[in-house]
Amino acid sequence: MAITKLKNMKKTTKSNLITFGIVVAFYLVIQLCTGMGMMTSSFAGQLVPICAYIILAVSLNLTVGILGELSLGHAGFMSVGAFSGTLVWMTTSATLPSWLALALSFVVGGVVAGLFGLLIGIPVLRLSGDYLAIVTLAFGEIIKNFMNACYLGYDANGLHFSLKDSASLHLAADGQVLINGAMGITGVKKASTFTVGIILILITLVVILNLIHSRAGRAITSIRDNEIAAQSIGINITRYKLMAFIVSAVFAGVAGVLYSLNFSTLVAKKFDYNTSILILVFVVLGGIGNIRGSIIAAAILTVLPELLRSMNDYRMLIYAIVLIVVMIFSQSPQLVAWRKKTLAKFKKNGSVKPPKGVA
Amino acid sequence: MKKFVSIVLATAMAAALAGCGATATPTAATSESGSTASAAAIKIGGIGPITGGAAVYGTAVKNGEELAVKEINALGGTQFELNFEDDEHDAEKSVNAYNTLKDWGMQVLAGPVTTTPTLAVAAEAAVDGIFVMTPSASAQAVIETGDNVFQVCFTDPNQGVASADYIADNALATAVGVIYDASDAYSSGIYEKFKAQADSKGLSIVAAEAFTADNKSDLSTQVTKCKDAGADLIFLPIYYTEASQILKYADSIGYTPAFFGCDGLDGLLAVEGFDTTLAEGVMLLTPFAADAADAKTQAFVKAYEAAYGETPNQFAADAYDVIYAIYEASEAAGVTADMNAADICEALKTQIITMSFDGLTGTNMTWDATGAVSKAPQAVVIKDGAYSAMTASSESAK
Repeated sequence: MAITKLKNMKKTTKSNLITFGIVVAFYLVIQLCTGMGMMTSSFAGQLVPICAYIILAVSLNLTVGILGELSLGHAGFMSVGAFSGTLVWMTTSATLPSWLALALSFVVGGVVAGLFGLLIGIPVLRLSGDYLAIVTLAFGEIIKNFMNACYLGYDANGLHFSLKDSASLHLAADGQVLINGAMGITGVKKASTFTVGIILILITLVVILNLIHSRAGRAITSIRDNEIAAQSIGINITRYKLMAFIVSAVFAGVAGVLYSLNFSTLVAKKFDYNTSILILVFVVLGGIGNIRGSIIAAAILTVLPELLRSMNDYRMLIYAIVLIVVMIFSQSPQLVAWRKKTLAKFKKNGSVKPPKGVA
Repeated sequence: MKKFVSIVLATAMAAALAGCGATATPTAATSESGSTASAAAIKIGGIGPITGGAAVYGTAVKNGEELAVKEINALGGTQFELNFEDDEHDAEKSVNAYNTLKDWGMQVLAGPVTTTPTLAVAAEAAVDGIFVMTPSASAQAVIETGDNVFQVCFTDPNQGVASADYIADNALATAVGVIYDASDAYSSGIYEKFKAQADSKGLSIVAAEAFTADNKSDLSTQVTKCKDAGADLIFLPIYYTEASQILKYADSIGYTPAFFGCDGLDGLLAVEGFDTTLAEGVMLLTPFAADAADAKTQAFVKAYEAAYGETPNQFAADAYDVIYAIYEASEAAGVTADMNAADICEALKTQIITMSFDGLTGTNMTWDATGAVSKAPQAVVIKDGAYSAMTASSESAK
């Protein structure tokens, strides 16, 4: 009964279930290892960043893979989300119960990043071509430089803001500097845990996978495949582009909060061009448009440099070589053809057996 | 096809995880045997940027620590074992490095090198109860992280205040221009305190020009603005690479104010392709000068040059002092390699605030319970292509 149900299931549903299964299995394996004391602190320390990068890669894949627009400023959305969410966490964690304060931080981080997505999307997504790449690239740089020069303080008289230095905030004696320019936010109480990270990944997947396989998702993919054809059948191009882009920005913001609450310090410099490209590498290597691939690529490429620590100076070299090899393996026409051939052979041999097993 | 790729990637991931598990066992085993059976050496961890833009500082610290550990082990008393991990000047990588060192069985942490990573790592170490002594992370916030965190360098506020005092007390200038890096915590931290102290000392700052890490390839605007404002002294709380550009440009437009910098300027004379005659008369506040005449510095410089083929800078000296301070505190507190990290931390914490330490970067250095060091700032001036101590320095130290 169960088997026939599984057989009759729609292909996409099955594929989605596998994706969720991978995440849940990953969580269970890690919990099991932790319970048995087999985890190294090195790996345990990377779990939350892995979760954050997975959310970032999945959300960027929505823009790059499903919508077909290149975004080079994903770290910028991560940054605004991280700063706003962390501020909320710092101001509310003392008064509210911690789960509520945490949830509020994620919501605020996501919403703020989404607003910036809207702000950028409205003018730029009306255009077609590579404009989004250039504008998001500029956005990331603007956010980085703005946050570097941003001073925010708090005292009995309320909030004080300056773009010069912390002395010009004119805080009262009991005042507290929240964002201190290039020093960023310091003394953050750590709140992110692996469980929170996994819950956020699952929420991200539910939202994004459902969006992709919905009516709106098909409209978005049609824009990617042929904008003129999509327009001719009456699809509101700007609206669907905006939808995908904002969802992508919201989850980047959430991932930013998750990431920043894992460390006691938050600086704008972290969210630079390199971080945007790093996330793009996860997406490209995992397969553009392939959500499951993004998850796996983000996880492996985050762990890899740490596994290569024993190589000392050569580790970034080896990391680069691995990237090239994987890229060739997954994209080279000859290799793809060879892989298809082997897979076909494998299937032919294998197809004889399963009916027996089922019967 | 997609399915096949994902299967391959999934197995690769599983293999990676298995790899983690596999590496876990041997490290756990060695740390156990290290703490119980052999009990030979205290495991000291170091963290700093060996690759990337800040690699100069991390490498200097690594070399300084290695040299000190080698010397201490040769003495035959308390034995040290050093493991230095790269953090690329990034908080996330630094915490990763810290966790790797924890797996290795680190008992004392001599690092990290740069401020932002140190803030992240020190918070972790405060929870784990591991003694941290940083050679060069100079922000005030670093020692506020926990009572287990100590600095060997001056805090940024200290440097800013000392510089303003020095300039005001010695009447070096009437109108001061400042060029600083607004995107750098070290530079903007010093500038802020310098400004506050200058205001209270009646020193007039006529121009305060900022640049950021992204637009530091051309600093001519900042220099020109200082010139137009009529500054007769330019305060440079920045690193030496940018300072060399500023000196070059000022010279090319015939602008000759006095230049005054902090410990970040140390290394100016070693910039490749830089005409060192331009640096004549540059004053800097640094705890270490490689050509100081005392026997300790001479011996250190000689050993360092023999081992690494370059003149040590202030970072190497700070790192060397960190290891020796830990060594002297360990000897005095009776710390042995079979104690666990938390016990060592407690012992060192109580010991270090009671002792006085003579190092390369200062004599009679003492620490208070907050973790800040107290030592006399020393001003040097570049004369004939070398540092020479300024005579008035002892006066300002008071």
